[in-house]
Amino acid sequence: MRKAVPLLCCAGFLLALAILPAVAGGYATGLALKIMIYALFALSLQLLVGGAGLVSLGHAAFFGIGAYAAALLTPEGGAASLWWLLPATLSGAGLYALATGALALRTRGIYFIMVTLAFAQMAYYVFHDTAVGGGSDGIYLYFRPEPALGGALLFDLADDTVFYFFALACLALGWLFLGLLRRSPFGAALAGIRINEQRMRAAGYDTYPYKLAAYVLAGMLAGLAGFLYALKDGFVTPELLAWEQSGLVLLMVILGGLRRPGGAVLGAAGLVLLQELFQSEAVFGAYAQHWHLSLGLAIIALVALLPEGLVGLPARWRARHDGAGPAAGLGDEGADAPGPHGTTATTTRPADAPARADGRVAYTLTGDPHA
Amino acid sequence: MPDANVMLAAHGIVRRFGGLVAVNGVSLALRRGQVHAVIGTNGAGKSTLINILSGELSASAGSVALRNQDVTAWPQPRRARAGLGRTYQRSTIFPELSVHENCRLAAQAGRQRFWQWWRGAEDCAHCRERAERALESAGLSADARRPAGLLPHGRKRQLEIAMCLAGQPDVLLLDEPLAGMGPEETDRILALLQALKHDHAILLVEHDMDAVFRVAETITVMVNGSMLASGAPAEIRANRDVQTAYLGDEA
Amino acid sequence: MDPAVFLIHCLNALQYGLLLFLVASGLTLIFGIMGIINLAHGSFYMIGAYMAFALGPWVDRTLGGGFVATLLACVAAAAVLGYLLEAAFFSYLYRRDHLQQVLMTYGLILVFEELRSLLVGNDVHGVPMPAWLQGTVSLGGVMTYPVYRLFISAVGLAVGLLLYLVLTRTRLGMRVRAGASNREMIGALGIDIDRLYRLVFAAGVALAALAGAIAAPVSSVYPGMGSGVLIVCFVVVVIGGIGSIRGAFLAAMLVGVVETFGQVLFPAAAGVLVYVLMAAILLCKPEGLFKQG
Repeated sequence: MRKAVPLLCCAGFLLALAILPAVAGGYATGLALKIMIYALFALSLQLLVGGAGLVSLGHAAFFGIGAYAAALLTPEGGAASLWWLLPATLSGAGLYALATGALALRTRGIYFIMVTLAFAQMAYYVFHDTAVGGGSDGIYLYFRPEPALGGALLFDLADDTVFYFFALACLALGWLFLGLLRRSPFGAALAGIRINEQRMRAAGYDTYPYKLAAYVLAGMLAGLAGFLYALKDGFVTPELLAWEQSGLVLLMVILGGLRRPGGAVLGAAGLVLLQELFQSEAVFGAYAQHWHLSLGLAIIALVALLPEGLVGLPARWRARHDGAGPAAGLGDEGADAPGPHGTTATTTRPADAPARADGRVAYTLTGDPHA
Repeated sequence: MPDANVMLAAHGIVRRFGGLVAVNGVSLALRRGQVHAVIGTNGAGKSTLINILSGELSASAGSVALRNQDVTAWPQPRRARAGLGRTYQRSTIFPELSVHENCRLAAQAGRQRFWQWWRGAEDCAHCRERAERALESAGLSADARRPAGLLPHGRKRQLEIAMCLAGQPDVLLLDEPLAGMGPEETDRILALLQALKHDHAILLVEHDMDAVFRVAETITVMVNGSMLASGAPAEIRANRDVQTAYLGDEA
Repeated sequence: MDPAVFLIHCLNALQYGLLLFLVASGLTLIFGIMGIINLAHGSFYMIGAYMAFALGPWVDRTLGGGFVATLLACVAAAAVLGYLLEAAFFSYLYRRDHLQQVLMTYGLILVFEELRSLLVGNDVHGVPMPAWLQGTVSLGGVMTYPVYRLFISAVGLAVGLLLYLVLTRTRLGMRVRAGASNREMIGALGIDIDRLYRLVFAAGVALAALAGAIAAPVSSVYPGMGSGVLIVCFVVVVIGGIGSIRGAFLAAMLVGVVETFGQVLFPAAAGVLVYVLMAAILLCKPEGLFKQG
């Protein structure tokens, strides 16, 4: 029964999104659309961070490339066909992911973070400083693509409600795909690589292709989210690729909880809503314009108080009520002192414990290749 | 004349780190049915040697052959798939996964159907069977569903070996499997090694002299990267050089 | 290229590189010794600049003025701020994993930016250049170069030398270097880690603030100055190898040259070149030029 709860929550969430346009007004629907797009974006990063253990601080590049591809490849005069625009967008994001991932994955830990940031900055500067994308002013997308089949339109994306459900479908399918991937042999291998890459190599896995595949898949999904974003407002700017955006989506993933994809969705929803809240003049009056302050403080508080993120809340609540803590003894493997059966001495060194009492793998980014 | 029983042969292994020569011309042959122990003080080059044999480190000179095939240029995963397994001195099990899942994942390396994204990893019967057999050999069947991180230290070391077995290797490179173990646990592991050596060629790097003399057919003594002596336990025990250089009062 | 112009660009590269070195040295020490990834380090640069702007008039009134006095006041204030911040906030980050540190310091950036906005507003400000540093000086009769930029370089070199001497010739420096290569050991040796960390952190903040204060007359004081410098400094730290001051120096010089000459030779690609440099270096040496520990 416990295993079904996450699934039910996912289904419930999607259902709620589905009925929203019927019961709520334009503002709520617009907000929900924004949440869905960022949820997809966060899901794609969760594959990297929570799945493969690869922390990327340059994921916004693929989001932005997806958005720009949609805007740039749509002809000025009319709509493009969805059947080639979407694959072209995904390919663009995927190719950049392949090229940069192939290089970035030769580094590890903090160096990997920096290289991904570097590649994102490169893409940012291409769109910001050159004529490719209209410079810092951004460009417009005037026509949403048309899914035509034999001369007739299957559905009309220009209709906002139809577009809403198209985005919902993308989110649902993406979420389903990632969920299946997680329990597949590929996903199991990725998890092993995340926990201890050396052991996986010793067992016979070539880990590089796995990581690269995850990187490209994540890039393509982020590109899909960017594609939807471009279609939503019809306006694309280079700020979509800025490192602040990469930081924000990483925050969504961490906030929601790294353990499962649903966490990313939760984190995205939470952060989008928080931003709306802090920007609302109704609640904060004059301070609404300084919403960065509230957001910053909220981020600090949330990370400090909820180390496992929002999805970790039920477990913590359960632990407190059961009396027994989460499995004790899931301690640092390397620092095990042989103790009586069932207990291990866990030494906690600053920022160094690979596994914690709550069983969650912490991320240590040293210069050490095997960290 | 290639010896059919020789599973792993190393010739003239040399490894330099800048000016330091960590391993200086070590040769050995691992045969099925035998435990070949490598002993030496800290810094003698044992870890470097085992890393070169497993493929994690490349040799500056010398060759490594697995079943008469030259694998000197092969990276570690390739050697592992070809039947060369190793364990580590510090446990490298996956603490958050169950004991069974640890072995299943190790076994999956032999059948990586990574393109089947719609199927569950658990569905691979081949991997499941191999995992179960490995757990049985290692005596961990009862603990199959426990989270690996909850195992007592001794059983974690057993799991380390079980994971190695799940890949159905011909050669086992064991890096200090007895580290930090009490006498009972040591006996268990040694019994396991005795049972395993029938079907595998085993290299054992160890500090526990008693254990080494109990279970090994051949012992190689390393000092400062070079082989000081190599032979049957009785020979080694009687060897003057070994006594002075290493065994000292321990013999 | 005209040799005189080339020399000017070299001097500019030196000056920019030294400025970067000031900020990056603090960052690399903090990361190398305390293992904290501090995204808010760029904010300290900004704080230094704003301090120069805010403290200038005050120093004039109470201490009789002087640009150098203002600089010293900024450094002192920043060191105190750093000391307090470490005690109040950053000391809690040691137990956290790096991802959480990234996020919490990301939140801190937002807080700093908004506090600045609340306290000092969002306008761009200028900081007056002292009279004795204004104007240009003739270099060998061939060309002239701004005095102030030479001053920046001089301060950068002096501080760099001071840092080198402290790290290599004093007991404190020895502990700091030991800590950079092996964090666990210094605790085991019975050295008061808490105080050491606090001092190192305060020094890091002071260095960044000094850089901001010195740069202020040239670059002016504006809201976004923190984030621009932050990214480049992370690049410097990573190229140089985390925890290595020598590496930070070399990398800062490298970046200074690439940025300066890049803007001159390839203006369209100027923003990208530094990242190309970093990617290239990391692909050859995946852990930076002088990895510590």
